[in-house]
Amino acid sequence: MSAIATNPPAVYTAPPRRFNPWRIVIYAVLLMFTVFYLLPVYILVTTSLKAYTEVNLSHMWTLPTGFSLDSFRDAWFGSESQSITGLAGSFFNSFELVIPATLITAIIGSLNGYVLAKWQFPGANIIFPLILYGMFIPYQAILIPLTRTLSAIHLYGNLYGLILTHVIYGLPICTLIFRNYYAGVPTELVEAGRIDGAGFFGIYRHILFPISVPGFIVVLIWQFTAVWNEFLFAINLVSNPSSQPITVALQNLAGSYSVQWNVQMAGAIIAALPPLILYIFLSRYFVRGLLAGSVKG
Amino acid sequence: MSQADTVMTAVAPYEPKKRRVRIDRIISIAVIAPSIIAIAIFVYFFIGASAYISVIDWNQSNYTNKFVGLQNYQQLFSTFRFQQDLRNTLFFTIAFLVVCLAIGLLLAILLDQKVKGEAIFRNIFMFPLAISFIVTGVAWRWLLSPGTAGDPHGVDQLFNLDPLTWTWFSNADSGIFSVALAAVWQMSGYVMAMYIAGLRAIPDEIREAARVDGATEWQVFRSIIFPLLQPITLSAVIILGHISLKIFDLVFAMSGHGPAFGTDVPALNMFDTIAANEYSSGAAIAMILLILVSILIIPYLIFNFRNEVKQ
Repeated sequence: MSAIATNPPAVYTAPPRRFNPWRIVIYAVLLMFTVFYLLPVYILVTTSLKAYTEVNLSHMWTLPTGFSLDSFRDAWFGSESQSITGLAGSFFNSFELVIPATLITAIIGSLNGYVLAKWQFPGANIIFPLILYGMFIPYQAILIPLTRTLSAIHLYGNLYGLILTHVIYGLPICTLIFRNYYAGVPTELVEAGRIDGAGFFGIYRHILFPISVPGFIVVLIWQFTAVWNEFLFAINLVSNPSSQPITVALQNLAGSYSVQWNVQMAGAIIAALPPLILYIFLSRYFVRGLLAGSVKG
Repeated sequence: MSQADTVMTAVAPYEPKKRRVRIDRIISIAVIAPSIIAIAIFVYFFIGASAYISVIDWNQSNYTNKFVGLQNYQQLFSTFRFQQDLRNTLFFTIAFLVVCLAIGLLLAILLDQKVKGEAIFRNIFMFPLAISFIVTGVAWRWLLSPGTAGDPHGVDQLFNLDPLTWTWFSNADSGIFSVALAAVWQMSGYVMAMYIAGLRAIPDEIREAARVDGATEWQVFRSIIFPLLQPITLSAVIILGHISLKIFDLVFAMSGHGPAFGTDVPALNMFDTIAANEYSSGAAIAMILLILVSILIIPYLIFNFRNEVKQ
């Protein structure tokens, strides 16, 4: 018995692979690009772990001699003596911004996608591309009227105005992703629901919503990343420093030349972490959202 | 009972359902209407308002609506700064597009060769897409030009380059290419992902058939795979092209407008212009950006949509 197990029949052994020098070239090129993409990560991490005295050009590429988290402490809490404003407050501001902006857009986008995919209404073929155009425009083209409007309705300068802005300009892409997602659901399912007496919301709640989880993950990740990383609206619409999201705070931290590089790098790592963690665990869904952004993918 | 009545009774049970459907139809329109109205106002009405602002004389903090026609645009094109913006946008777009497409295609083809650890490579090449342009700008500024003016530069140190010949973005002529390098680092993974999706969509049988017919690997690429990837290339050019026209955050964080506006771009110019309360001039820059982006995007949307309706 053991003889049979330890000596598998010869048919199962893979044929010896011919040595192909091209494989070496392929791996060499891939490794070269790995270095290119990881170079800034190396420099971010090593610089942020160095003590200030060690941060200079002759030591730029060397590993830190000690292990110091001082730069993270300064970047997070700030430092009176060096007049650094810490990122802690803006880090939480960003969550206060991103969570409602992401959830509201995803829910509205899902309903819109459902209507566009399953309830073709007259003129939908014209209205849908008109909605999509909204996701490509340079936001500079609406910035001045937007600022004026928000300030007229007292939403300028705080996070609420920014949330509203992100919800509205996030609608086209989220609607698109859900529409394409629901378009893949057989119309017979919807018809069957209708024959069983389900109405508009019944069909949504009992048929489409339960199978929407992957669609929601794609949209939530997309919108979270986009809003977290956004800068143009954030810097133009939030004048109050205590309400500013993290991208603006990081720019303020890094933009002042008095702040040491190790603190700047620590700040950059803090600002990059939340979307990066999402990416590491859910990269598959992230890529799907990315490809949806090229309309057809 | 007449013939007509029989038909009526037979149909009658369906009547409430028909009405139900009609009510549902109204509900469906009511559900999407707020979004349509919001986009009508926040996209189309606001674009109209910006266009209007660009032809009046609102270049101080107090609002004035004196119509001045295209004067703001004429004024804009005559400034050195905006001329630099157009030059930089052109150079940036070309460098960014060409390098992103080349790297994206190369990496996609290499990863399609059934390499070991493909997922790891793919994730490494794409992680910069998850982070903010501001983070990228901060990191690359330190990489390319650490310290204060007069210091040699980080990458030069690594490769032992002469700091006098490699001035990166502090040089008025070549600075914009350094910004493009950082943008390539961030966005090339996107192109790779698009090409990988394209390559995966090509059935293996097609390649096999060509190989059986005696085609070399290069011939398979040249006459089968490249033509099939062309729509992807078009999409990538349009997506990256419109990103590059709008680029703002990266330049803001990395170099600002640079000496002699060597790394300035229209979006940055607009930011400074409206900060100086020159709203009409700012709106004129925004409208030029919108026109440039629309030239790329509108035909693309129409083309995509026609195809879809045909299916």
